[in-house]
Amino acid sequence: MSVDHATVRKIASLARIAVTDDQVEAMVPELNNILGWIEQLGEVDTSAVQPMTAVIPNVLRLRDDVVTDGDVRDAVLKNAPQAEQGFFTVPKVIE
Amino acid sequence: MTNLTDLGIAAIRDGFKAGDFTARDVASAFNDAVAGAKALNAFIVETPEIALAAADQADKDRAAGTLKPLSGVPIGMKDLFATKDVQTTAASHILEGFVPQYESTVSGKLWNAGAGMLGKLNLDQFAMGSSNETSFFGNVISPWRRNNGDTAALAPGGSSGGTSSAIAARLVPGATGTDTGGSIRQPAAFTGISGIKPTYGRCSRWGIVAFASSLDQAGPMARDVRDCAILLENMAGFDPKDSTSLDLAVPNWEAALSSDLKGKRVGIPKEYRVDGMPAEIDALWEQGIAWLKDAGAEIVNVSLPHTQYALPAYYIIAPAEASSNLARYDGVRYGLRDLPDGANLQDMYAATRAAGFGDEVKRRILIGTYVLSAGFYDAYYTQAQKVRTLIARDFDQAWEKCDLLLTPTAPSAAFGLGEKSDDPLAMYLNDVFTVPTSLAGLPAMSVPGGLDALGLPLGLQIIGKALDEQTVLNAGLAIEERAGFTARADKWW
Repeated sequence: MSVDHATVRKIASLARIAVTDDQVEAMVPELNNILGWIEQLGEVDTSAVQPMTAVIPNVLRLRDDVVTDGDVRDAVLKNAPQAEQGFFTVPKVIE
Repeated sequence: MTNLTDLGIAAIRDGFKAGDFTARDVASAFNDAVAGAKALNAFIVETPEIALAAADQADKDRAAGTLKPLSGVPIGMKDLFATKDVQTTAASHILEGFVPQYESTVSGKLWNAGAGMLGKLNLDQFAMGSSNETSFFGNVISPWRRNNGDTAALAPGGSSGGTSSAIAARLVPGATGTDTGGSIRQPAAFTGISGIKPTYGRCSRWGIVAFASSLDQAGPMARDVRDCAILLENMAGFDPKDSTSLDLAVPNWEAALSSDLKGKRVGIPKEYRVDGMPAEIDALWEQGIAWLKDAGAEIVNVSLPHTQYALPAYYIIAPAEASSNLARYDGVRYGLRDLPDGANLQDMYAATRAAGFGDEVKRRILIGTYVLSAGFYDAYYTQAQKVRTLIARDFDQAWEKCDLLLTPTAPSAAFGLGEKSDDPLAMYLNDVFTVPTSLAGLPAMSVPGGLDALGLPLGLQIIGKALDEQTVLNAGLAIEERAGFTARADKWW
């Protein structure tokens, strides 16, 4: 499988990364080179194999359903590019 | 008096305890070394005042008889660990200026053990790279140079390149690294130092900037095996805040160190003899085999048949996880925001991420997004996770015949900056020997074995069974004692 210009634009849009035409031009062969190389995985017969879900066997722990932190609003907002009146703010999203 | 910056972790700890010097003397000596090594660009942030404060506390604790395991020992912290009130960037523009309001579990453990912080070490951006050429804050330069008069700047390896460069140049006696596909072991090999990636789950990932969560694992890097064992004891341990943290006691690795390998079987995987590998690396591997035999081990040949598929599987799985993990950088909660005039929210996300991520990070996010997208998920991601099962099974089958594996760490000595950076695939191939272990979550260590004809360090990798860091460290010690590696980079910086 290989990607074309339209596919690269679509992936970039899904990934929310703005790209210029020049960047798309450069990325198409670059990504195809990498994708062509990983294609070799198709050679491996995995018909009787389960995909890995845990590297080291471990149990998913449960804990009591109680609040374990909180009251840290200012710390949470401390690094926000734009915080106002105790909230994160973003450009207007409804007209 | 000996030059304090020539001392390793154990020597500082023990000499300080014995009263040979004060912690302030040690911290001051390393602070001076850091300040005098700007040419290496190993640090993103220097924190001499934090190192001195920890040292003063250690001096007080010594007077009061309340010493901690790492009292008096200053270390470096890879800038992937969140450190409270100290900028943490993952070497990216998008996190430039981010000042965590919390401390990562691993760094917190080290500070609680008495260690002091000399600074935040440079790395490949978001730990994506093998040469430390993807950092937004510039390349890290290895202190090593070729011995043929060539003064070309060499790669310190990556992603923990600031860590490896700083230790090799004796700016820090030891430091933290993280390893996703070889980011502790390959830079250790390139700079003639030691480093261990423990079993996945030994060290908490909480507070470490995430790259590929099923692979990321913290570990120590230092000048020798004992120092790695000491640091690892103070980094590992159960953390309820990381769902993949292993709820197991931390062994006393340092106390149990022994270079006697009688009764141990060392497997030599034939698939690691790759085409085009320099004869010197093959020769070092043979030498390593002889050293381990001399230490009492039995050598057996083993096969890891799916080795060649590890790298392509890794370059599906790691970018897929990265594309998910890095979705959090949106210009809303922390980090960079790029809001072009008249832009809506979607435009802001796209502009912020375009401005904030470097080329290699974008490349991996795009690959990850592609392999996870509708219609391609099974062909790429599911297939890669199945191959990952087969790679782990290869190791399980090898363990029926042996207790550890010996391989080279990297297929070459350090290369020059710029030599591989135009070709992502050539760069990826540098991790050919380290990635399989990462996919299987196993502990593995690199120790220096010798120098190549150009005077550059070469490393040997020891791979162990899950949770058997002790055997890995012991074999590392056996090689260290026999290799007698004392070479160091001549100071030019």
